[in-house]
Amino acid sequence: MAILVNPSTKVLIQGITGSFGARHTQLSLAYGSQVVAGVTPGKGGQLFENKVPIFDTVSEAAKSSGATVSAIFVPPPFAADAILEAVDAELDLVICITEGIPVIDMVRVKRALQGRKTRLIGPNCPGLVTPGEGKDSHGGCRIGIAPGYIHKKGNIGVVSRSGTLTYEAVWQLTCRGVGQSTCVGIGGDPVNGTSHLDIIKLFNDDPETHGIIMIGEIGGSAEEEAAEWIQKNCKKPIAGFIAGTSAPPGRRMGHAGAIVSGGKGTAAAKIDAFRAAGIGIAETPSVMAETLLKMM
Amino acid sequence: MNLHEFQAKQLLAQYGVAVPAGEVCSTPEQARDIAQKLFSHGEKMVVVKSQIHAGGRGKGTFKSGFQGGVKLCKTAEDVFEKAKAMIGQVLVTKQTGADGRLVSRLLVAAAPVIKKEIYLAVLLDRDSSRPLIMASTEGGVDIEEVAAHTPEKILKEIIDPVVGIMPYQARKLANALGFKGDLIGHATKMILGVYKTWWETDASMLEINPLCIIEGPDGKESLLAVDAKMSLDDNALYRHKNLQEMRDLGEEAPLEIEASKFSLNYIKLDGNIACLVNGAGLAMATMDIIQHFGGNPANFLDVGGGASKEQVTAAFKIILSDPNVKGILVNIFGGIMQCDIIATGIVAAVKETNLTLPLVVRLEGNNVALGKKILQESGLAVISADSMADGAKKVVQAVNH
Repeated sequence: MAILVNPSTKVLIQGITGSFGARHTQLSLAYGSQVVAGVTPGKGGQLFENKVPIFDTVSEAAKSSGATVSAIFVPPPFAADAILEAVDAELDLVICITEGIPVIDMVRVKRALQGRKTRLIGPNCPGLVTPGEGKDSHGGCRIGIAPGYIHKKGNIGVVSRSGTLTYEAVWQLTCRGVGQSTCVGIGGDPVNGTSHLDIIKLFNDDPETHGIIMIGEIGGSAEEEAAEWIQKNCKKPIAGFIAGTSAPPGRRMGHAGAIVSGGKGTAAAKIDAFRAAGIGIAETPSVMAETLLKMM
Repeated sequence: MNLHEFQAKQLLAQYGVAVPAGEVCSTPEQARDIAQKLFSHGEKMVVVKSQIHAGGRGKGTFKSGFQGGVKLCKTAEDVFEKAKAMIGQVLVTKQTGADGRLVSRLLVAAAPVIKKEIYLAVLLDRDSSRPLIMASTEGGVDIEEVAAHTPEKILKEIIDPVVGIMPYQARKLANALGFKGDLIGHATKMILGVYKTWWETDASMLEINPLCIIEGPDGKESLLAVDAKMSLDDNALYRHKNLQEMRDLGEEAPLEIEASKFSLNYIKLDGNIACLVNGAGLAMATMDIIQHFGGNPANFLDVGGGASKEQVTAAFKIILSDPNVKGILVNIFGGIMQCDIIATGIVAAVKETNLTLPLVVRLEGNNVALGKKILQESGLAVISADSMADGAKKVVQAVNH
């Protein structure tokens, strides 16, 4: 089953003709994902790589191609608009890869999402992968910028704010012969569409997910919120890692959301919350998979 | 991006928020002239304030031995003397670290008699993803202390970003802060103005501490934003040309400015083990694992997803400009990037910088075997690591030897 997307999910790409969007569309196609349409205003009617039709608007692209999911690669000044265009087209899921969107734009987007059917993942995220059955997990659904080949089809869910730490966890699992159901990067911004908790709930309900790795980092209290729910409701083993134990307070550590401010959002508080919820703590990022496998 | 107090006050004044009369200057003579003007307008007291991006100025000490980065004066001559002691000197406060900050500008402003101090701030509430106004009757002190010991004294009002702030929300706060009579109107106007400043400048944080009730010569009470601290959302600066000009490079660490030219995300820390990593989360985790194995990270450095040869070379140069660095850990998860290309970049950078410090490299991902081979055959004394833990242990060991 996996969560959110499966190998037959039809995907459209907003910003398919930009260099970043084009490169990752090629990689998704090579991975065997169903990229069925692209959107670049003004380039409607053209073909991407001689096979993927390009449209001027998202609603037109969705209607013609049957896509239910969009990946956004447009530059930051236009990203909020792109997200809301996809919401207006009533897609099920929008994954915004773009990094550097103004916070106030996301505050408005988040408010506009209320009461709509569309789920947003990101922004500033690597996207998600549901591995396929082929060689190097080929034939799965890769949306975003994660390397596809590091995955392996299986039963572990991975959720993280960070791209490279997700890859690290996935690779540790794959190297031990353990596959993944779905791997989700929720993004490093302070305002995002989908939280750790949202994903944990989906994993908890997914019969194909048997265990979870949850990777958090300093800033905000999304990890604590997830931990509280997990303590009461989660039936599956979870291993967790929090990045930023050594980060100085008041400094933004790369991600816009990774900052300890006013004494809040410290790694220590998050690790305490994980521990209290029965989440296995990976003492270092090298033992994320090992920590989970010991619990299973 | 952080702003200076005088810049924040200029912006606040543009949005109708009352701030004390005053001007910024960079010489003692100018400070005296501004003070003379203020005294001639009937001010009894003038304050001279060092303009640096750090708090605790009043209790700070200059490296010259002069005490206090904020001084109250009764005469223009006194202002001149105090300004002379501050301009061009390095001020050390509890927030600057031992290096302190060079004071090149002073704000000279009216210092009316304060009857009461209030706290007011606007920031993003991450839990609701909406703007939050925070206020407290406990102004003039560290708000984190208030939050820790008397959280009931902190008032909060969340703003719906679609509707924007409504006057009743400001009145509600004014009432809860204990304002009466005319001051309710003054406070409402001030809260609306502060919120508008925050929203329209794409600020991350705007803090008025203290917001003061003052008594005019006629005995009437009014409100003034006596101190202001403000930071802006870097991601939104592209749409605020006027605010971009407020950037003060003198307040930023030179190495961090250099790094930003190469799209490298670098933050200098106090340790001696430098790290060079791709991805923000992995970079943070690399610092953590160095610390876990008894080392002390010298920096955060995210070279991003692309990591070209030029970027890697620039990154090495920046790392090596920090004299505390005694060893380097490179940690790359080459998901999309090819490890052989990164390895070639590392070899070129090591040769170009004549690196003599221990260098531990952990490569993983695409073409990793070829990448490792390039490092081995380079003839350089690169210590290869198989995992993050292995790399961290090896670099800590190399530095401790």
